[in-house]
Amino acid sequence: MNTKLLKLINKDSRTDIATLATMLGLTEAEVQKEIAEMEKEGIIRGYKAVIDWDRLDSAYVSAIIELKVTPKAGLGFEDVAAKVMKYPEVESVYLMSGVYDLSVVVKGKTFHDVARFVAKELSTIDSVTSTATHFVLRRYKEMDVELLGSGKDERGSYLL
Amino acid sequence: MDYSKILSPTVQSIKPSGIRKFFDIAETMQDVISLGVGEPDFPTPWEIRKAGILSLESGKTRYTSNKGLEVLRREICTYLKRKYDLEYDYQDEVLVTVGGSEAIDGAIRAITCLGDEIIIPQPSYVCYEPMVRLVGGVPVIIETNAEHDFKLTPEDLRAAITPRTKAVIMPYPCNPTGGIMAREDLEKVAEVLKDTNIVVISDEIYAELTFGGKRHVSIASIDGMRERTVVVNGFSKSFSMTGWRMGYACGPAPLMQQITKIHQFAIMCAPTTAQYAAIEALKNGDEAVAAMMEEYDMRRRLIVAGFNRIGLSCREPKGAFYAFPCIASTGLSSEEFCERLLYAEKVAVVPGTAFGQGGEGFIRASYCYSTEHIQEAIRRIERFLKTI
Repeated sequence: MNTKLLKLINKDSRTDIATLATMLGLTEAEVQKEIAEMEKEGIIRGYKAVIDWDRLDSAYVSAIIELKVTPKAGLGFEDVAAKVMKYPEVESVYLMSGVYDLSVVVKGKTFHDVARFVAKELSTIDSVTSTATHFVLRRYKEMDVELLGSGKDERGSYLL
Repeated sequence: MDYSKILSPTVQSIKPSGIRKFFDIAETMQDVISLGVGEPDFPTPWEIRKAGILSLESGKTRYTSNKGLEVLRREICTYLKRKYDLEYDYQDEVLVTVGGSEAIDGAIRAITCLGDEIIIPQPSYVCYEPMVRLVGGVPVIIETNAEHDFKLTPEDLRAAITPRTKAVIMPYPCNPTGGIMAREDLEKVAEVLKDTNIVVISDEIYAELTFGGKRHVSIASIDGMRERTVVVNGFSKSFSMTGWRMGYACGPAPLMQQITKIHQFAIMCAPTTAQYAAIEALKNGDEAVAAMMEEYDMRRRLIVAGFNRIGLSCREPKGAFYAFPCIASTGLSSEEFCERLLYAEKVAVVPGTAFGQGGEGFIRASYCYSTEHIQEAIRRIERFLKTI
């Protein structure tokens, strides 16, 4: 597994094979092979865009929901996690250490959408004992990308 | 008032850098892509910044000893031993300076008398020649060349030595050429110098930045060279700490005592906050340096491949963070090339001649930029090449 390659495509998955090969000192065929292998092994799971939804007029709301769950004998949290992640409204699901068990990121068009989803769907799942909903008010950084600031290069071209 | 009569003729005779004007033009233009800067694009690693902040919070706002904080000097010695197998006594062989530049200036001032010759291999960083002239010394230029990977050869060195030779500047790893001196190259140079009274001022500011698995070798670690070498190093390039202005000089005590005297009266001490940050850099900076190096190495491959692909032959730079492609095939001089490129495609690069006449036919392109930035610059240069 090539972690340098992973870091590069994690930074910009649209970097073309020729550039990746040059930067890593590999041939294009080698890079293609490594990527294919990592896709096959499930190390690379997909390629997505980083979108600043707040710049669009279309509504986009997200919230982090803390779920407390009673684990089932033999299945632990897997059973409920499997159920939760099937909802299209759910963006990610994590098992957490600390005072609650599952952290669920939910998206919707309005606050109301999200609230209804939590009340009607998540909180009614067997073995979910409580929910706490935290709405995201503003996104400053998403997947390593800063959404604020000009990103202007402040370095001067002094002759150094 | 006739200022020309008041001002020192020596100072007046030193020309301001012609490149300044060029970059002033670049700054007035919109959408200019620069490959001009000589400093890292990474911010100083957070832990290092935090150490500086902590020192301020705890009220460490006074002068330090002239030589620099004892803890820092000890750390410098540990670091130099660990990295380059150099051994110095923190008590009287180390001086913390305001950037590497002050260390170079101090070393030159401490040894140069009127008319003394100082050998400077070029193309190299722009400060050596004016510094020598300011103290009445005579710069003796050795033109290094691409055929020898811009190394200083023993033949050229021997030919440049006269009875007035006081010192040799060793600017390796080299800005702008990316040239380095391997152990065997240094041994040959040492052979020429070892029975003389010539001092070596070794500017090793880019020592952390060598590529291809070969670590930088300091000339002071070569047999017989320690007693005649002032090693200059610093934090700007290696730890991305340009604005902190932290450097140091190490050498035999009789030399360092005199350099320290100059520093004592001209500077007092290096900035205290920066000294505390520097301690953290030396103690715990390895991981951050390794991460930056990995990134530089990938950009280096990208820019070198880019220049070669579009027909500007570019040797692999082995050190520092510059590519130094040859533009002779275009039939333009370095300055013409840079000026026309700036106006036609809004890309700013530095003509090789800024680093000495031997830089004619080359341009310096820094790769302290994101990959997208480098790729866009190469695309524009490619378009420009088609118009000439």
